[in-house]
Amino acid sequence: MSEIPIEHIMMLSTALFFIGAYGFLTRRNMIAMLMSLELMLNSVNINFIVFNKYLFPDTIEGLGFTIFIIAIAAAEAAVAIAIIINLYRNTKNIDAEKADHLKH
Amino acid sequence: MSASAIAFYCIAAFILITGILTVTTKKLFRAAIWLLFSLIGIAALFFWMEVEFAAAVQVIVYVGGIVVLIIFSIFLTNQEGVKMPSALTKRSLFAGLAVISAAAYTCTLLCNHYWMKGSEALFDPSVKNIGYLLVANTPESFVLPFELVSVLLLAAMIGCIVIAMKAQPENK
Repeated sequence: MSEIPIEHIMMLSTALFFIGAYGFLTRRNMIAMLMSLELMLNSVNINFIVFNKYLFPDTIEGLGFTIFIIAIAAAEAAVAIAIIINLYRNTKNIDAEKADHLKH
Repeated sequence: MSASAIAFYCIAAFILITGILTVTTKKLFRAAIWLLFSLIGIAALFFWMEVEFAAAVQVIVYVGGIVVLIIFSIFLTNQEGVKMPSALTKRSLFAGLAVISAAAYTCTLLCNHYWMKGSEALFDPSVKNIGYLLVANTPESFVLPFELVSVLLLAAMIGCIVIAMKAQPENK
């Protein structure tokens, strides 16, 4: 694994982050936007572990941060899905463009 | 090129292809399945980096928890067979332009940065060390964030139940 330069792994996580950003900008379905968000969070996890393993192998603090990010992502996904289901129950619609009741 | 390098590039291509399919496929249910494969690819990358605990947590929480939650919510909102309308050409054009230029800028930064030499110490992400990192009685351990995360998960659980609960009829 040492022959892979750190730049290549970080380019992978960069590409994954911007794929998620593209999905978040173009998708209008709330569940699809949530999926793009998960991709972005995962690319951050890859970055933390790569920095930890390549640059500071004497500690494992990056791994600890990854575990905290995964826990918080699980909480965030659960709350988001509860909100989406409640919105669907009230309006029969989970399109982000049409959820503008608080604007008017 | 050794077998380890070939494995890395295969895993990277798998993650990126399934990620692109996640954000471009028309059917929402297929997007969820591609997201599942992308997350499994990231777990494989963690295995390749010999961080087995993170790979196991990735499979258990993301693949076993969040993707199943997303699939349930797709069924609960009756979106399983629905084709999503394609994004406006203007919007996808500008989003693609912004994303590609930002990614190119980040990649140039990465390539021109001088990475300091990591220390030669052995990386040991065993479960014992993770336990010491999270809850040991030393100033370096993450005891307070660990307790805060447990409170956060409890708050999220109660919040989800309150949000998703059916409102009681006011007058019986």
